[in-house]
Amino acid sequence: MQRIGVFVCWCGTNIAGTVNIEKVIAAAGEMPGVVYAKDYQYMCSAVGQNLVKNTIKEQKLDRVVIASCSPRMHEATFRKTAKVAGLNPYLVEVANIREHCSWIHKNKEEATKKAIALTRAAVAKVALNTALIAGEIGVESRALVIGGGIAGIQTALDIAEAGYEVDIIEKSPSIGGKMAQIDKTFPTLDCSACILTPKMVDVSTHPNINIYTYSELENVKGYVGNFEVTMNQRARSVNMEKCIGCGICTDKCPSKKAKSEFEEGLRNRSAIYTPFPQAIPNVPVIDREACIKFKTGKCGLCETVCPAGAIEFSQEDTKITKKYGAIVVAIGYDIIALDKFGEYAYTNHQDVITSLEFERLTNAAGPTGGKLVRPSDHKKPKKVVFVQCVGSRDKTERGKTYCSKICCMYTAKHAMLIRDKYPDIETYVFYIDVRTPGKNFDEFHRRAVEEYGVNYIKGMVGKIFPDGEKLQVHGVDALTGDTIKIDADMVVLAAATKAKEDAEDLGRKLSISTDTNNFFTEAHPKLKPVETHCAGIYLAGACQGPKDIPETVAQASGAAAKAIGLLSKDKLVNNPCISEVDEKICSGCLACTKICPYDAITSKVITFNDHGKITKRVVAQVNKALCQGCGGCTVACRPGAIDIKGFTNKQILAEVDALCR
Amino acid sequence: MNMKYSYYPGCTLKTKAQDLEKFALDSAKTLGVALQEQKEWQCCGAVYPLATDEIATKLSSVRSLAEAYQKGEKLVTLCAACHHVIKRVNEDMKHKEDIRKKVNNYLQLPNDYEGECEVIHYLEMLRDEIGFESLAQKVKKPLKNRKIGAYYGCLLLRPSKVMKFDDPENPSIIEDFIKALGATPIIYPYRTECCGGYLAIDQKDVVEKMTQNIFESASKYGVEEIVTACPLCKYNLEISGFGDENNISISYFTELLAEALGVK
Amino acid sequence: MTRVKVIPENKKNIIDKIIEMSGENIRDCMQCGKCSAGCPASDGMDLLPHQVIRLLQLGQIDRIVESKSIWNCASCFTCAQRCPRNIDIANIMEAIRLTIIRCVGNSRLKADDVPSKVDCKMPQQAIVSGFRKYNK
Repeated sequence: MQRIGVFVCWCGTNIAGTVNIEKVIAAAGEMPGVVYAKDYQYMCSAVGQNLVKNTIKEQKLDRVVIASCSPRMHEATFRKTAKVAGLNPYLVEVANIREHCSWIHKNKEEATKKAIALTRAAVAKVALNTALIAGEIGVESRALVIGGGIAGIQTALDIAEAGYEVDIIEKSPSIGGKMAQIDKTFPTLDCSACILTPKMVDVSTHPNINIYTYSELENVKGYVGNFEVTMNQRARSVNMEKCIGCGICTDKCPSKKAKSEFEEGLRNRSAIYTPFPQAIPNVPVIDREACIKFKTGKCGLCETVCPAGAIEFSQEDTKITKKYGAIVVAIGYDIIALDKFGEYAYTNHQDVITSLEFERLTNAAGPTGGKLVRPSDHKKPKKVVFVQCVGSRDKTERGKTYCSKICCMYTAKHAMLIRDKYPDIETYVFYIDVRTPGKNFDEFHRRAVEEYGVNYIKGMVGKIFPDGEKLQVHGVDALTGDTIKIDADMVVLAAATKAKEDAEDLGRKLSISTDTNNFFTEAHPKLKPVETHCAGIYLAGACQGPKDIPETVAQASGAAAKAIGLLSKDKLVNNPCISEVDEKICSGCLACTKICPYDAITSKVITFNDHGKITKRVVAQVNKALCQGCGGCTVACRPGAIDIKGFTNKQILAEVDALCR
Repeated sequence: MNMKYSYYPGCTLKTKAQDLEKFALDSAKTLGVALQEQKEWQCCGAVYPLATDEIATKLSSVRSLAEAYQKGEKLVTLCAACHHVIKRVNEDMKHKEDIRKKVNNYLQLPNDYEGECEVIHYLEMLRDEIGFESLAQKVKKPLKNRKIGAYYGCLLLRPSKVMKFDDPENPSIIEDFIKALGATPIIYPYRTECCGGYLAIDQKDVVEKMTQNIFESASKYGVEEIVTACPLCKYNLEISGFGDENNISISYFTELLAEALGVK
Repeated sequence: MTRVKVIPENKKNIIDKIIEMSGENIRDCMQCGKCSAGCPASDGMDLLPHQVIRLLQLGQIDRIVESKSIWNCASCFTCAQRCPRNIDIANIMEAIRLTIIRCVGNSRLKADDVPSKVDCKMPQQAIVSGFRKYNK
């Protein structure tokens, strides 16, 4: 007979407030095989763990049930405790009487009944547990960073500095991301390019870093420590090795009508182009949709003028497959389209612009050389109106319910920059609430009001009426209850941030989840902010939720630290709860091999002695390093020859029996 | 083309807004569209009852809708207010369980009505059923060189979640219609701003201010004629006198249509 | 100015009634003022739409009832169309109007008043609308 110990945790009032602990203890004591049952306020604390440890030794327990919170939370903790006391960690079971019971019920009597049933199921299961020994797997000591914005750049630099190889995969022709488009950064107003471009150079020259631009992730196989990633490098039509970056091709290209993505459409670019002068790599790409050669077969001027002979029209997409130990996702964010916000006249008036367009308009390297002029007539505006929360905190189908977080600060920055350069331009900011938590942030906003004379108006804009050269802005001051009319020359809209269009798709490829807004979900909102639910995959930057640059960089270094921690291990301990084939029962149908998502099951031929006659037979065989214990094969196996160790059919049925009793 | 629809005229079209209807029916004939006036239509109530507890005021709309559905026809409306009321009541019948139940309990129709009928405005019929391109081909007297501003008003566009008529802030249906007739549509920012509607009864001063804004905006953008689909909009715009002041005439869109088709 | 009590006990019923009749959740309002900013009839209003909602949130129903604003609302749905919190303010205005005119003798427009207010061109639509909006 086993000697099972049951330990019931109060979790303060979290469990004890809804579950009668005394009754659970009394019932547990009566369960078959249980020789000891005890409660404690916080079983996960040092005192609680010591109680478990000492009792295992004193009572010579051979199996333990902890009735407490979710195993997701503390299963690992209690397995470690058991191990210290000399018990195989897989002889511990957790009954989840918090998330599955006390937190979701109000009636104490019913909740107590359920807590007893859950404990009974765990006792029934643990009775059938066997000692399991974890195997080991190797770790590919290379990381992949998806996205080459500031988040990806910082992550890659930190991992590379720690001595590991890193590859960056970037969708667009250059790394740099949104930060490369920005003029100044808050709250210090230092030049964005001045602090970003050196980092871009560092990345491109670091011996441990490889950059794949114009490339997209295609599929991911494998698991923590051993991911196998295939990416598609789009045809650049320019030979990266030969190109010397002289720029003659872009100058001479006769097709100059494509909108520059980098300049937010405020300037046109040629069909062969580098997104911006500091681009890395400084090698142009041919936009095949705009290129005359690709459209009509005629032209090819770039090829003629290229002194390096680098133009290659015949280039094709190439597939690259590599192995990685860790993956960091840093694909950034976008801003929402404003076509549904007709009242702001964004789509039909050139002088109504987004904040990102404004960044380009004030940028010395931008389309106007940093001179603030109206896009429509290139005249200097006299009054500029900023509208915050365009689509943020918006419960309708046109917006996003969340606060975009960065707009209050960048709008203050924009208004301040105008007032600094052109004290004669009047600036107005319509806001719902000014939200500026952060080091030196509110001081920054107050400076805009107090020192720079930016007119902040608490209220929204109802509609913008284009009126000759002016834009009549109809707003309200919610504090005084006055409706307001401003004859503005330019309006800047702080459009809501949103997750990248392809985030959900990428999440599916990586088996990581996204929330209702398509931002990637962290493993724990407080304690695991850079981890995902998939081991070995981490998050950095605004793809996890709206973030400013300092926060992004901090999270990027956090994600890098986690990746380094993983890559620094020679071996990872395997999960021993993997499938096992009972060769005696296996019929050799191999249905399991087709269902296995990890290609972990193959076949082998065994010889056996059937009453003195030696015969050969095909059976399934599990690769212990590849199996992730998902259990798909156990369901597909018709004769029932496959079991997951630690979750055998017998154990599960024992649990069900115990619950139904 | 041989198209058949049930047609709901509404009270105003039989009295003060006869032009709106006459030109619509004459044009329909030319376009090969049979608009069969419903036999026993009743006043829609002119305003959609907004309170959640209003039932009786929705019954007349449901009667028309159910009858059209029974005949297997779409229901065409012409007056913007009627369209607004009937369309919203239909949406209630589709989506609001309590209203559907109470209305059906009261009406005791042969079959319960659950919002199955499709109600479309005459303009939607032109756009979605006939198509502005085919309309353009039937134009006999193109309205060349005429600068026409659409005045949408409120009731066709808002709330767009229910009306699904056009982009509520940047509509284009009437401009496309004007273009099809060979005229030049002029877009001016106040074309979707309210004229004051029923405030005409009791708050004439408020209406005056609102219509003045509309005319000023239209005039600034060079509008010479305004067309509308709503009798009350037309009244408010006309009575204000700003049209005469700014040399802007006001007519129903159907009048324009009849003129271009050569049946005016 | 006198200090007011937030949601006075004796006003709870009427506020609940208004909320029920409108079918809207006034707590969704975060006072951004977009309704007021775009209201085409705001010129003649002594309380702006967002202030009406705020007063409802605070239970100050008397001040709303006394104001001109609810009678100046033309039910044009501009506010409802643009409200970022998905509140149909026109429904709330209607519910307030109805709580007043549904009381006996409280109709704003009496049948006898009509002849003096119409002219020969006024469409039926205007009279029926006005009657539906101002009379019970």
